[in-house]
Amino acid sequence: MESNVEQGTDRVKRGLAEMLKGGVIMDVVNADQARIAEEAGAVAVMALERVPADIRAHGGVARMADPAKVEEIIAAVSIPVMAKARIGHFVEAQILEALGVDYIDESEVLTPVDEHHIDKRAFTVPFVCGAKDLGEALRRIGEGAAMIRTKGEPGTGNVVEAVRHMRLMKRQIAWLGTLDADELMAAAKELRAPYELVAEVAETGRLPVVNFAAGGIATPADAALMMQLGCDGIFVGSGIFKSGDPVERARAIVEATTFYRDPAKLAKVSRNLGEPMVGIDIDTLEASERMQDRGL
Amino acid sequence: MRIGVLALQGDFREHLAVLERLGVGGIEVRTPAELATVDGLVVPGGESTTIGRLATTWGLAAPLRERITAGMPTLGTCAGLIYLAAGTTGPDQPQLGVLDVVVARNAFGRQVDSFETELEVAGFDRPFHAVFIRAPLIEKVGADVEVLATVERPEGRRPVFVRQGHVLGASFHPELTDDDRIHRLLVDAVEGS
Repeated sequence: MESNVEQGTDRVKRGLAEMLKGGVIMDVVNADQARIAEEAGAVAVMALERVPADIRAHGGVARMADPAKVEEIIAAVSIPVMAKARIGHFVEAQILEALGVDYIDESEVLTPVDEHHIDKRAFTVPFVCGAKDLGEALRRIGEGAAMIRTKGEPGTGNVVEAVRHMRLMKRQIAWLGTLDADELMAAAKELRAPYELVAEVAETGRLPVVNFAAGGIATPADAALMMQLGCDGIFVGSGIFKSGDPVERARAIVEATTFYRDPAKLAKVSRNLGEPMVGIDIDTLEASERMQDRGL
Repeated sequence: MRIGVLALQGDFREHLAVLERLGVGGIEVRTPAELATVDGLVVPGGESTTIGRLATTWGLAAPLRERITAGMPTLGTCAGLIYLAAGTTGPDQPQLGVLDVVVARNAFGRQVDSFETELEVAGFDRPFHAVFIRAPLIEKVGADVEVLATVERPEGRRPVFVRQGHVLGASFHPELTDDDRIHRLLVDAVEGS
């Protein structure tokens, strides 16, 4: 190796997320599903013990996947493998890094262990975190997150919350752009976000890292909707392997994410996909069942 | 002059931003009709399996191969290099075979092994800051392929940047830095063609 090598830099961590843009990251629970996802054109897979819909149904404490399962999935595919750690559980994150996962999702889908998030700068592996609004995104980036995703209500098959998060994020970014320099400190206080990051977003008009859509995406149309709203790419959790025909649906969501501005192609890929996953009306969830309110 | 950036998946926006800095009109290419309007092409970083499958499904693979074989200047970075290449050391995947090299995917290891470094490049008067992300290595090069940069590996120096006539391939990401010299090589090739 060259003598002047740097690893685990912001550029290298954020760079992998840049490479995933315009792509679909799929939840998988075993090697067979991982191979189906790769074959369908997924840019990465998320290795899990259970998909969010099953976590919701199962109840109890949801934890990091079994390392044997993560290793099985890593061995099965050539694309990047992500895995989830509980919010604040830095030892789960250490274990996932040691296993060689390519990205860690510090995720509200699992049961949080702390009101503090993981100090993500202490790791070489990059992290993705969920955010419902700009303040939450900038707090996570301040902690070292190299990628952000919406926090749409997981395992519901209902994209409404992800839409809400993305619209709010865009509105807040646009608002920062209207402020004078002497208003930015008060804006940072209002957003409860680091001043330097607030000033950076006000200047550039965008988040400093990639922002994917996640939570409730079940159809090619849902994926294209989130892309047209300005997301950089798509996470699909329960939406594929809880549907009637995962192979065709996976392929169709990949194609919809590429051709998201082309309604004729979207119509073509959306045909004859079988049953989508059964959804949940978010208004029927109790406050304690709303995963997006975990880890703010 | 119009340079297209294959925009099926990956960091095509970063390549378009570099082209804009160079004062070149860049467009996103997702269809054969868009491909027909460009004089040069960038195949960006991303996931090579995803890009390859989408190109095949949507009828882009054949026209891409045809245009590049007929002399259209082309630059592939990382996944783009893999897609342009003639083969990989791993399982078969869709490739164009327009650059006579065999690549090893993820040759440096997993994401924790990704790195940035200063790279000596043939013809450049100072090193190029190169960002390698889950990067491929070039394992074999054909007789017509010129090696422009290498890195030290346990098995000896291995190519990471090559040129075969009008086709350039880099296993790193020049689009993630402010250094435009590698894109300038593509622009020069389009100007000279």
